Amino acid sequence: MSEQKPLLTSRYEIPNAHTIEVAEKHGAYKSARKALLTMKPEDIRAEVKKASIRGRGGAGFPAGVKWGFLNPQEGEQVYLVINGDESEPGTFKDRTILNVDPHRLIEGILITCWAIGAHTAYVYIRGELAHSIKSLDAALAEARAKGYVGEKPFGKPFEIQIYTHSGAGAYICGEETALLNSLEGRRGEPRLKPPFPAIKGAFDQPTIVNNVETIAAVPDVIEMGGEPWCNLSRLAPADGGVRLYGISGHVKRPGIYEAPVGITMRELIDVYGGGMLHDDRPLKAVIPGGSSTPVLRPDLKVDAKKADHPLHPWHGQSEIDVPMGVDTYRALGTMLGTCCAIVMDSSVNMVEACRNLMRFYQHESCGQCTPCREGTGWLLDTLDEICEGRGRPEDVHRLVEIANNMMGNTICAFADGTAMPLLGFVQKFREEFVAAVEKGRPLQARHDDSTAALVRGRAA
Amino acid sequence: MAFALTPEREREVDELLTHYPNKRAALIPVLWICQRQHGWISPEVVAWVAQRLELSTAVVTGVVTFYTMFFQHPVGSHVIWVCRTLSCDLRGAKVIQDHLEEKLGCHAGGTSKDGKFTLLKAECLAACGQAPMVQIDDDYHENLTLEKLDQIIESYRGTPSAQE
Ligand SMILES: Cc1cc2nc3c(=O)[nH]c(=O)nc-3n(C[C@H](O)[C@H](O)[C@H](O)COP(=O)(O)O)c2cc1C
Ligand code: FES
Repeated sequence: MSEQKPLLTSRYEIPNAHTIEVAEKHGAYKSARKALLTMKPEDIRAEVKKASIRGRGGAGFPAGVKWGFLNPQEGEQVYLVINGDESEPGTFKDRTILNVDPHRLIEGILITCWAIGAHTAYVYIRGELAHSIKSLDAALAEARAKGYVGEKPFGKPFEIQIYTHSGAGAYICGEETALLNSLEGRRGEPRLKPPFPAIKGAFDQPTIVNNVETIAAVPDVIEMGGEPWCNLSRLAPADGGVRLYGISGHVKRPGIYEAPVGITMRELIDVYGGGMLHDDRPLKAVIPGGSSTPVLRPDLKVDAKKADHPLHPWHGQSEIDVPMGVDTYRALGTMLGTCCAIVMDSSVNMVEACRNLMRFYQHESCGQCTPCREGTGWLLDTLDEICEGRGRPEDVHRLVEIANNMMGNTICAFADGTAMPLLGFVQKFREEFVAAVEKGRPLQARHDDSTAALVRGRAA
Repeated sequence: MAFALTPEREREVDELLTHYPNKRAALIPVLWICQRQHGWISPEVVAWVAQRLELSTAVVTGVVTFYTMFFQHPVGSHVIWVCRTLSCDLRGAKVIQDHLEEKLGCHAGGTSKDGKFTLLKAECLAACGQAPMVQIDDDYHENLTLEKLDQIIESYRGTPSAQE
């Protein structure tokens, strides 16, 4: 693991760090004070740009660049909206910030509001996370009582109000324009872009939508300076700083870990995750950054012979030895997404794993666009047939065809986020799909006795 | 029977309305307050919310039906959501699901005969690193074994329902 002292998680191990008293004793609100009382908004924006914080919500867009799209007209009010929907399967990082160190997020919001000229911020949190909402509400009450949030934060005559807003169960509300509709009391259906939220967002006003972790990184950027923070990354300057990595599935120590941008998947699994859960079962596949990111296969080698290929330094190495970054993973044909990996060992049947996720997408499609509404259903139906032993030889090709017809044909990126992992599974594990179709009998259950025994425990 | 919020919850609604530039934006939080009091979103609740926020009942119903956490039918005293998505599945979610179905005598979507527990399937609840897990009312129960689960279920038997 790295020797760098923890930043995002610096207060995770401190008892009661969720209270303002403890948080302040350990550095909270120092950066906000500095930013609001001594820095001009454009200087803050410049530091954040230099920091190269690639959006932590999944798309990896640089936060500083996004803030630069704002161009409020006379009479318009700028809003900041924080995306705490955290619904992408495999992802469980933002919740740790909300529960353990909510003051870090509040501090980031105060700095960001000042930097972009917003007087109101909403934090949209998925409805299931009732405790995280309570945790943030309690922290907000403390910050209001101290005068940090309100009419004059730290004495500065620049009013900032922060409100939490609860969702009510819908994955699609993590998509930023669906989130805005949900915030406005509507069905969570994505909006056509353009106009982008920076031009016309919440309540038709210019709006910046950022992920919880993105904004939680801002206080450290202000404290250290954009460039030094950026250089903590192994992939600086394009992809800066440190971030939260998640790991779940078949590893010994699933959890959330802070590390520099650019560690490898192998390090994440072996060093942070403590290695594979069962010593006799090697890694078969890993979904790198939430369910929408195409799967990696450790026995596949990077093919980047040409010297100008972005992955050339890793030519001939395993896919899981490429540093985890927004651009490196895109070059690898997958995505970094939310940087929360799902690890699968040799007992997992890839057709079953794919079916599990496609059931998720079928359930969560908002239904606005036909290719997505129908396509997710057809993918699931076809996989159900295959898994139940009624697959036909043409089914593997049909899966690919359906997915290809969904890509790029819808209002939001949900359909792409369904099609891409489906195509990844079929391309990288075609032999398993073909075998499942040919054998014409149900697949064995994916978790065998030894995993079930862990759950059954002594009761078994 | 006509529906109305308690005076205390009414004040919560008044406060909520100060958060937004228009009344409609308070719709989802207000529905939450109602469900916490009433247990589910009945047609009477829809009518009340529509009037309170100056919306049509069609608009309110459209929103209620979009979100899985708003109950459109009465539920048991406690609602158990079993996460079934991949990370939980890899760590034995199916074992948890089967055990609960047998223990409670109902399938997913059903309610136990004594009316205590409604059993539902959930999609990823952002606790993948603590799989397998279930959510009961507002609480997450993580890193489950069947033994732990049995104890948790028993601890709910004696407690009053989530709404009052
Ligand atoms: C289907 C879908 C689901 C999404 N879910 C989330 C989510 O749960 N949390 C999140 O922060 N971003 C999510 N996003 C990304 C947001 O649309 C948006 O890019 C992000 O909130 C911007 O913040 P960032 O630039 O700080 O990452 C989702 C996108 C799509 C297409
Ligand atoms: S898969 Fe169960 S909590 Fe994420």
